[in-house]
Amino acid sequence: MSTYSVSDATTAAAPRAAVTFANLSGSYGVGLAASLAWLAFGLSCLYWPDVGDWSRTESLAIGAIVIAAFILFGTFSADYLGSAGQALRKRAPWLVAFGAFVTLWEVATAKFAWLPLPFFPPPQSILEVYTDDLPKLLDSVFASIKLQLGGYIIGATIGFVTGVSIGWSQKIGYWVHPVLRFIGPLPATAWLPIAFFTFPSSWSASTFLIALATGFPVTVLTWSGVASVSTAYYDVARTLGAKPSFLVLKVAIPAALPHVFVGLFMGLGSSFAVLVVAEMIGVKAGLGWYLQWAQGWAAYANMYAALIVMSLLCSGAITLLFRTRDRLLVWQKGVVKW
Amino acid sequence: MVVQSAAEAITYPAVGAELDIEGVSHAFDIDGAVLPVLDKVNLSIAPGEFVALLGPSGCGKSTLLRLVAGLEKPRSGSLREDEVRISGPHPSRVVVFQDPTLFPWRSVWDNVALGLEAQGILKPQRHRVDAVIELVGLSSFRNAYPHQLSGGMAQRVALARALVNDPKILVLDEPLGKLDSLTRIAMQSELVALWQRKGFTTLLVTHDVEEALVLANRVIVLSDRPARIKADIAVARPYPRHRGDPYLADLRKQILGLLGLEATW
Repeated sequence: MSTYSVSDATTAAAPRAAVTFANLSGSYGVGLAASLAWLAFGLSCLYWPDVGDWSRTESLAIGAIVIAAFILFGTFSADYLGSAGQALRKRAPWLVAFGAFVTLWEVATAKFAWLPLPFFPPPQSILEVYTDDLPKLLDSVFASIKLQLGGYIIGATIGFVTGVSIGWSQKIGYWVHPVLRFIGPLPATAWLPIAFFTFPSSWSASTFLIALATGFPVTVLTWSGVASVSTAYYDVARTLGAKPSFLVLKVAIPAALPHVFVGLFMGLGSSFAVLVVAEMIGVKAGLGWYLQWAQGWAAYANMYAALIVMSLLCSGAITLLFRTRDRLLVWQKGVVKW
Repeated sequence: MVVQSAAEAITYPAVGAELDIEGVSHAFDIDGAVLPVLDKVNLSIAPGEFVALLGPSGCGKSTLLRLVAGLEKPRSGSLREDEVRISGPHPSRVVVFQDPTLFPWRSVWDNVALGLEAQGILKPQRHRVDAVIELVGLSSFRNAYPHQLSGGMAQRVALARALVNDPKILVLDEPLGKLDSLTRIAMQSELVALWQRKGFTTLLVTHDVEEALVLANRVIVLSDRPARIKADIAVARPYPRHRGDPYLADLRKQILGLLGLEATW
């Protein structure tokens, strides 16, 4: 389907007086190709009969065609749509690729079953999950967010405070450092069996594990951030009359913040892993549990649907973290763009 | 060789403090070995005087400054500011280091405000920050971050950050050492103008003989490590001084000789 390119685009749009050939091969051409790719997806849903029994094929086709229409409209009025138009233009090549991918997926599964069913469900069966199983999926999403957020905030706070303390005070470092070395590198999931029968509820056990997984990287990176602050900063602040509390709060912590954010990022990654495992094993709610449940019923479409949601949530969480970092660390130059 | 600085009949404004360094010796422990850096240094600086310390690199000049700033305590001897023993850092003795060491997470304004904020008097004194930023000519950069500044501008911010505290003694540790020569010459004049206007006592460490002669009332030449005072030379010339002044050229030759570099003349 990716053969729709300049030649097709030219014939399709030739009568338009305002559209020049140069425009077509440039910004308009890609947008047109994207629109056609999505149109192809919609038509491929309708053209061939389904090999299985799926109720959302037509809705999917209509959706795809609506998207194609939106892309077409957006492409030609991008100049009047402000930043949304610019964003569409920038992402047009991706829309082409994605449209081609879903078309291929549709054809390979629902139409000709080149990929074995039920392990590779077609797009319409995933759409069906989102429409028909929405309440259960949403419940799972909220349960996961609640668990993750609680554990992450507790772990990040404790990790940050511990990191600052051992970075600042040698006495605290003397006692905490060996404990950290002994317990920290242990994967938090190794605590699972113990946690689930020592804690009063599976929810508190999971919160503890997520906090543990988050806390270790945050502690270590905060600590190294505080420890690596140049002594020249302290000298300057001291000659200007700074007291120890000022040195910690206004010198050590801001100077260590770039490291702290690396720790928060790493902590987020490892806490996701713990969250899913904890939900699969002990907690009777959340996306991990949903995946496990879907597997029990061999409901592969539900699994893919849950995976997509999970991926959006994790990516969204990391985006949020990076946005916060960019806000707080505007003074840094050359930070990684997420 | 030792010339009395009192020979100069200049009266200084009362803002500056008197600084007395009496029999100060200091040493560092490096891998168990004791490395002496200062050997019975005696120096008395009158209020408002501009004194330059010259010496070979690594001779202990910067260590002496750290002692004056109160960042370290001497092994023996005493330092006094207006007859009060120096026991720790105090905003009346502010240091400007060779690196501007601006806090990269603070804007120019916030960097300059650092001292007042640390002393907890920023709220009623905000106008002082504005005034001193104006004084060093950076009003249009008040919201810039350090990474957006040139080397000269950054060093001006560091100077403003020191001056906002109205120091009695300004301690300068090769503050112009890393600037290009044109910026350096411009900032030397600015420094003299600020000193004349504010009247603080100034102690400047440099290894640029010409810079010492253009700026200071008095040049102290230190020996190799452990540092001792080799010569105390009055520079009795009015400001602004000219680099080509034969009197200064004469002193320069004399000082280079003291530093063992007569052959370069």
